[in-house]
Amino acid sequence: MFYREAGDFKTSYAADQSILSIKLDRYFVIGLIAFGVIVVPMIGNDYWLGSLLIPVLVLSIAALGLNILTGYAGQLSLGTGAFMATGAYMAYKVATNLAFLGAPVAIIIGGLSAAFAGVLFGLPSLRIKGFYLAVTTLAAQFFLLWLFTHVDWFVNYSISGVPSIPPMEFFGVLISGAEATTEARYLFVLGFAIILGLAARNLARCKMGRGWMAIRDMDIAAEIIGIDPLKAKLSAFAISSFYCGVAGALWAFCFINTVEPGAYDINRSFQILFMVIIGGLGSILGSFLGAAFIVLLPIFLNNAPQWIGLNLTSDVISHMEIMIFGALIVFFLIVEPHGLARLWQIAKEKLRRWPFPY
Amino acid sequence: MTETNTNSRIGEELLSVNNIDLSFGGVKALTDISFNINKGEIRSIIGPNGAGKSSMLNVINGFYQPQVGHVRFKGKDYTPMRPALAAKSGIARTFQNIALFKGMSTLDNIMTGRYLKMHSSFIEQALYIGRAKREELEHREKVEEIIDFLEIEAIRKTPVGRLPYGLQKRVELARALAMEPELLLLDEPMAGMNLEEKEDMSRYIIDVNEQFGTTIALIEHDMGVVMDLSDRVVVLDYGRKLADGSPDEVSSNQDVIDAYLGVSH
Ligand SMILES: Nc1ncnc2c1ncn2[C@@H]1O[C@H](COP(=O)(O)OP(=O)(O)O)[C@@H](O)[C@H]1O
Ligand SMILES: [Mg+2]
Repeated sequence: MFYREAGDFKTSYAADQSILSIKLDRYFVIGLIAFGVIVVPMIGNDYWLGSLLIPVLVLSIAALGLNILTGYAGQLSLGTGAFMATGAYMAYKVATNLAFLGAPVAIIIGGLSAAFAGVLFGLPSLRIKGFYLAVTTLAAQFFLLWLFTHVDWFVNYSISGVPSIPPMEFFGVLISGAEATTEARYLFVLGFAIILGLAARNLARCKMGRGWMAIRDMDIAAEIIGIDPLKAKLSAFAISSFYCGVAGALWAFCFINTVEPGAYDINRSFQILFMVIIGGLGSILGSFLGAAFIVLLPIFLNNAPQWIGLNLTSDVISHMEIMIFGALIVFFLIVEPHGLARLWQIAKEKLRRWPFPY
Repeated sequence: MTETNTNSRIGEELLSVNNIDLSFGGVKALTDISFNINKGEIRSIIGPNGAGKSSMLNVINGFYQPQVGHVRFKGKDYTPMRPALAAKSGIARTFQNIALFKGMSTLDNIMTGRYLKMHSSFIEQALYIGRAKREELEHREKVEEIIDFLEIEAIRKTPVGRLPYGLQKRVELARALAMEPELLLLDEPMAGMNLEEKEDMSRYIIDVNEQFGTTIALIEHDMGVVMDLSDRVVVLDYGRKLADGSPDEVSSNQDVIDAYLGVSH
């Protein structure tokens, strides 16, 4: 029995309510955070930190955002890319025109702007549901991106339309711009991921989270309990879009070092949606797992054939990638809507009983 | 009202519906319905399928807005009642077709019933500090009392979608009780249950009424149960009120016998 719940008796509701009720889980998370903060920057090379972990963490934040809206509150959105773009462009505006505010504030203002856009485009959710709402968010996707590409104000009238992010410091350390070290950018992104991850978990288990889930599962019953559908849906849109906005800004500041519309197109929206589906709808852990999976799978597919001595052309590999994603999404939608997070939970249960079969 | 209440359990009027007319397009679901419910009583609404019983509860808690008439609750007139107002002023209900939050555990379903009693701010919730934490613990305690009361300890953490029908009905009652309502509307709480489950549910309804003093409006088809539990019964048929009175009065009323108990349906 590697993994024990029995013998770990909960003596109060306080203990039972704690974020992850099993002690091992809590140590696991604390250990993971410590590992991410201390060990990873020491052992990770530029490729691992800069090309794998930063995008995984940034997209995890976006996936958390979409999961709040779609997984918890049950409102389907295809506008994730647009809300990320809103965060990126507004953070860029603040970073260039109000530089004294600093990078974190610029990014948070980016998030708040995205939240505002989210509420605006979330208003129709009070009337329409499912497919039709998805179409509305699709309109947000195209409209907002059109705005950012065609209104020069958003890029400070830059000729190329793809301006670079200015170098910015956080506690005296550069975290954006060409000079910033990979370690600094990684740690900065990790800080956001940890704080936003814990906040999402807290919101999900409190009054607000139950309001979202109630609206998702049975809106008439939610209403007779006194849950205001307007408040529940719009708060989900606001918080979700805030997360997406912060992710979009971090993507620009700490990963690609520019603001460009191509990074936030409809493909991005679908990518985040697939992360949420594969990771697990309505799961915080799943948002991270889904993001890691989708970023890392293509890299694995690119390398795995060589490890076993196979030589596939990049054509074949990219086709394989699409087929595997397609199959996985169908699998998770039909067989396991709770995604990788649920598979992880099942694995834990098996470990707990090991070596007994049941 | 004309009846004299010898029972000290029962107080004065808590709710009345007055001259309610409700129609859907051309279909008249309720026609000129008036009756009242007194504090502390168990008031049954009976009638054949399609008589308008569920519609009546929907008018009381504001789901349906009648074209004519008003609802009076705790001395205040509502033309019409609204679901949010009903929840705030102390009306809870269960549904004929179970309306639980399927993806949530039993515990979370019942905790959701405490929604209006929680007041923590967004920041407190995001950081899980202050009122947010305190409220979770306080309300959890209250919810555990309800769980004990309805004997559903074993299914606390089970997603309700996986529970058998009878237990789902019980969880829905638990969620309504978590609101600590003054008036509890139960729409066929025993439909589809076996004898044993019905007996359990009857006992819970009586206990809720006696221990917490909760006033109950009950829709039920099983006449045995209705006769046992109710203080007064109102009979609907084709959206009209056919009779109103004690179980004995109602069951000896010739119109009721013809319409409801008779063989004509
Ligand atoms: N939402 C609605 N839309 C249209 N007709 C309805 C609606 N709700 C109820 N009705 C109609 O009102 C009548 C009474 O229904 P209901 O109140 O459900 O009866 P009961 O609960 O006594 O079986 C029926 O004819 C039903 O078809
Ligand atoms: Mg009915």
